Amino acid sequence: MSETWKKIKKNRQLYLFILPAFLVILIFSYIPMYGIIIAFKDYVPALGIWGSPWVGFKHFQRFFDSYYFWDLLKNTLGISIYSLIVGFPLPIILALALNELKDGKFKKITQTVTYAPNFISVVVMVGMIVAFLNPSTGLINHVLDFLGFERMDFMSDPKWFKTVYVLSGVWQSTGWSSVIYLAALSGVDPELHEAAVVDGASRLRRIWHINLPTIRPTMVILLIMSVGSIMSLGHEKILLMQNPLNLESSNVISTFVYQQGLLDAQYSYATAVGLFNSVINAILLISVNKVADKLNETSLF
Amino acid sequence: MNNRLVKDTLADKIFLKFNFVFLLLALLIVLYPLVYIVSASISDPSLVNSGEMWLLPKGITWEGYTTILNNDSIWRGYANTIYYTVLGTSINLLVTLPCAYALSRKDLYGRSAFMSFLLVTMFIGGGLIPSYLLIKNLGMLNTVWALVIPGAVSVYNLIVTRTFFETTIPREMEEAAIIDGCSDFKMFTSIILPLSMPIIAVMALFYGVGHWNSYFSALIYLSDKAKYPLQMVLREILVLQDMSSNSINGNMSSDMAAMMYSKQQLVQVIKYGIMIVSTLPVIVVYPFLQKYFVKGMMIGSVKG
Repeated sequence: MSETWKKIKKNRQLYLFILPAFLVILIFSYIPMYGIIIAFKDYVPALGIWGSPWVGFKHFQRFFDSYYFWDLLKNTLGISIYSLIVGFPLPIILALALNELKDGKFKKITQTVTYAPNFISVVVMVGMIVAFLNPSTGLINHVLDFLGFERMDFMSDPKWFKTVYVLSGVWQSTGWSSVIYLAALSGVDPELHEAAVVDGASRLRRIWHINLPTIRPTMVILLIMSVGSIMSLGHEKILLMQNPLNLESSNVISTFVYQQGLLDAQYSYATAVGLFNSVINAILLISVNKVADKLNETSLF
Repeated sequence: MNNRLVKDTLADKIFLKFNFVFLLLALLIVLYPLVYIVSASISDPSLVNSGEMWLLPKGITWEGYTTILNNDSIWRGYANTIYYTVLGTSINLLVTLPCAYALSRKDLYGRSAFMSFLLVTMFIGGGLIPSYLLIKNLGMLNTVWALVIPGAVSVYNLIVTRTFFETTIPREMEEAAIIDGCSDFKMFTSIILPLSMPIIAVMALFYGVGHWNSYFSALIYLSDKAKYPLQMVLREILVLQDMSSNSINGNMSSDMAAMMYSKQQLVQVIKYGIMIVSTLPVIVVYPFLQKYFVKGMMIGSVKG
């Protein structure tokens, strides 16, 4: 015991270094976790979290029974899976393609330009989407018109919402997401390539049999992380893109929580819905992690 | 990179041509909207709206920018954002750097327990409403503190910084300093920090861009329009304008509405100009700092 105490005493200044971060995390991450219990209560601000009466699963029941439950679930899963299928492979392809270039001007320009949209804020991004898709003045509609198609009002048509959301996301983040894969590719052993060339392997074959297997652990980790966040869909962007006309396909669980909780002040109900969301998320994360662990022996934890 | 070592066959040459065309296409798809916005912001509004301006500026006019720069809300938003970004980033660095250093020290007792304490929060959280209620109960609603304190430390950034300290600061140096009787505090301020400029730059930028671009915490925590950061002002102009049917959000300030309606035909051009004006600081620093950004991202990918 005194041994431990000695170690702690020796590091006392280091504990002071940790203290601010510890307090911030304790207060702003752990206390809200405790606050989740209001999902099982009828929260009355005057009574506080602990003093409010317990109601069991009432709020969950109400959510499952509501007519919008299936729509919300369908939209949340639909948008996530759509963006996963389109958005996951593209950074890998971009990184593999960039990796085949010699370090020159073209490579540098392509990288600089494709990374750049990552630094555009969500608000500006949605502003761009709205401006480009404007039925009478937007760029996309001018192109459609020029090619002989009919002009479309993308933002007020529920059919288009998911596609607009996903493709704009791809435009903004593919370049930046490829950075991690490029880093992993720089670890490929050149001798493997030399040996493969001696055996007569083409570039394509070498990409397939050498480069891809090398970055597979990175791919698996990133895939697990994106599946794990399937339900916690970017409410920041969706909230900005939402309008009453496209609500049918743009209403997802996280924007619903914002609307019920903060605009309508139904704290307990919104917390319950949010908790449902997190539980599904955790189940997805754990199961994908398990599967990846079995198949690939790569896992997040 | 590693492919220069070997000669290309005919099949490889064809593949490389395809590869080049593919990347060129990717480059153009990303670049074109960016160029279009710049051109549209200084072109004659009627040429932009009709689609005659499609690449280079036509009928150059600075009227859009004049209108933007004469708008008080924009200036106020800019001033607020600069304030929040500087204050927020300073707090981020003051909290993150010492903690990351302490965690990089293998001799720290309880190190792995604290790491678990942090990592848990990457996967489990209280969610929107409990966090909001906490801020409300702490009396932080409608204050700057709601924007800068709850996010004072990002666990991801903390791990990146810790990894940097672990991999670039030689252990022997720390040990020598300890033997010489150097305190941990002195070691951090006069030995570690001067050696860590690259990671300090990366963190300042990651956090700084985050503050510059954020709107959501302002949306939920601030009610006083005079305190709105730039992104909230932009939201009113760029997004809510086109969705005027959205009654929930019909809260545009009269100042802004006057600016938009008095110049009906300029509206679209003003929007393009505003995108430039608000992103300008990031665009200006980006090329110089790109390699740091990338380095930070790569350190992060090594994880541990």
